[in-house]
Amino acid sequence: MNELLDLYRTMVRIRAFEDAAEAASQGGVSWGGAATEGAEVRVKGPLHLSTGQEAVAAGVCAHLHARDLLTSTHRGHGHTLAKGADPARMMCELFGRASGYNGGKGGSMHIADFSVGMLGANGVVTAGLPIAVGAAHGLKIRGEDAIAVSFFGDGAINRGPFLEALNWAQIYRLPVLFVCEDNRISATTQSAPMTAGEQAASARAQALGIPAVQVDGNAALAVSEAARKLIEEIRAGSGPRLLHALTYRLKGHVSVDPASYRDPAEVAQALKNDPIVLARERLQAQGLGEQAAQIEREADEEIAAAVATASAAPLPPPEAAYSDVVSIGEGAWT
Amino acid sequence: MRTLSYAQAAALALQEAMQTHPHIVALGEDLGRGGVFGQYRSADGRCLAELFGSQRIIDTPISEATIMGAGVGMALAGLHPVVEMRVADFALCAIDELVNQAAKNRFMFGGQGRVPLIARLPIGIWTASAAQHSQSFEAWFAHIPGLVVVAPATPQDNYGLLKASLASGDPVVYMEHKELWGLQGEVDTQATAELGKCRVAFDEGEGRDLTVVSWSRQVHVCVDAARELAASGVRTRVLDLRTIWPWDREAVLAAASASGRLLVVHEAVQAAGFGAEVAATVAEHTGARVARLGAPRIPVGYAPTLEAESRINAAQVVQAARRLLAH
Repeated sequence: MNELLDLYRTMVRIRAFEDAAEAASQGGVSWGGAATEGAEVRVKGPLHLSTGQEAVAAGVCAHLHARDLLTSTHRGHGHTLAKGADPARMMCELFGRASGYNGGKGGSMHIADFSVGMLGANGVVTAGLPIAVGAAHGLKIRGEDAIAVSFFGDGAINRGPFLEALNWAQIYRLPVLFVCEDNRISATTQSAPMTAGEQAASARAQALGIPAVQVDGNAALAVSEAARKLIEEIRAGSGPRLLHALTYRLKGHVSVDPASYRDPAEVAQALKNDPIVLARERLQAQGLGEQAAQIEREADEEIAAAVATASAAPLPPPEAAYSDVVSIGEGAWT
Repeated sequence: MRTLSYAQAAALALQEAMQTHPHIVALGEDLGRGGVFGQYRSADGRCLAELFGSQRIIDTPISEATIMGAGVGMALAGLHPVVEMRVADFALCAIDELVNQAAKNRFMFGGQGRVPLIARLPIGIWTASAAQHSQSFEAWFAHIPGLVVVAPATPQDNYGLLKASLASGDPVVYMEHKELWGLQGEVDTQATAELGKCRVAFDEGEGRDLTVVSWSRQVHVCVDAARELAASGVRTRVLDLRTIWPWDREAVLAAASASGRLLVVHEAVQAAGFGAEVAATVAEHTGARVARLGAPRIPVGYAPTLEAESRINAAQVVQAARRLLAH
């Protein structure tokens, strides 16, 4: 099987999923304003899209097993899909339905599928890193043959837990891969002027003795090759590694953010570097254009079916709000 | 029955639980040498790290956020971590990991994950330790859905409640009092404790004049006050809440209904403290007159004269009780 075709399939499924989620979120919440009610709005609240960053999720997760554990960011749809989650159950969750992965309690920002080791998207920047090192620590103590991976953005490296988590992983030699999806922006502010040092994600890891590799995060095969090598080292007992993937977020911070704070020339250039466009060009050059088109059709059908499933699924009953709180005194508000 | 200190009682509970359950681990600063207060040292003086090894009693860097966050990750990987924060004050450096991650995980992910994590947050005034080593935050954590909050007052309860907390499967904020570490008491290792149930700490006569509700170190102060009140014929029942959330509402409401007067006493700052919750609930559900006694809203001072302003003593409890009884 052609590796690029496999990666292409993952990327295209992520793109189709997020495009559909975005379409279903129109009017759900305004940027800086209150949510507007409307029956047609099925995905409510903030929707953080990873459009343009699909190659990182696809390239890294291609080398993970279901038993490997993964923590993610608030921009976690791609990671979740690439880790093996079912898009229909994911879409149900985004639609707030009882049959969603989280029973409608989490939504987009907390999408998770523990059955494939995806321990959750997270609403707090950097929060996934300490959880990932703890998961890796737990795997090590339990003697399990698995690793942990944590995706985070370039904005995350300026919070203290980044340093704490990397130091922790290194002193205990934990089986963990840190993946920085460097999309150059922290919410809506350029990261560069907010970050001391050059290539800071890699440099800070290296300062702690953690080998770090930089890669073109829009080149799916390059990401995959770099991730494969690092993951092999980690599985062999090397201790932590960091993959610094340089990419670009093609959409705003949330789906309703027009991202007008960006230089249009930069965006135009980034669109040419869209990892899906790049991969498709390459596949066509290899004479695999028809296979690529088939993958696109299949993804569109799969996601359309997911939307149909989610649209028809019931919302959770109000009493579900009281379950899964704590077992002692569950549901008690008095 | 064995006589153990409050610290030793917890160590024994942890030791026994770790022997039975291979998935229990403890992590935090200074655990390898037995913990800052000796709470990770067995009754025969040996460090639990000697008994269980550094893989299970884990010495960590000074990284509170990651100690707590790693505890969450360990729990999700199938362990039962006991997370040590040295003093509750330092847990503020791990507040996202406790409040946003540990407490929310089970609900937010629709029950896919559980975080059976014990966060040991030693609370309370610790003589001459000033404003950043003396706070009592139980009300903060009682306010957070998803957390269980426990505050034992005796060696027996520190043994039984720690075991019950370890078995609960939920994130538990376990608050020991720093000035109780050395308190000696008999510990029945056959006895079990149930979370959410209070204990009658003092019951003179029928206890029909006044109900006093307290927890942690302040229970002992309230018992002293109740003895003094008894000498002047006031019959008082002192209830040690033991678990702040869930709290033993039924027992408190029954006692307050019977006595018609309720005084809640705690070491924490009175304003927005957990005493307000108890008092309001009793007022809503019974005809009892209620009053609260907690510290003034000031940081704990260093000099003895300043620190004393934050300490609730037996004389103040007696005075508050007499004021309540006079109406």
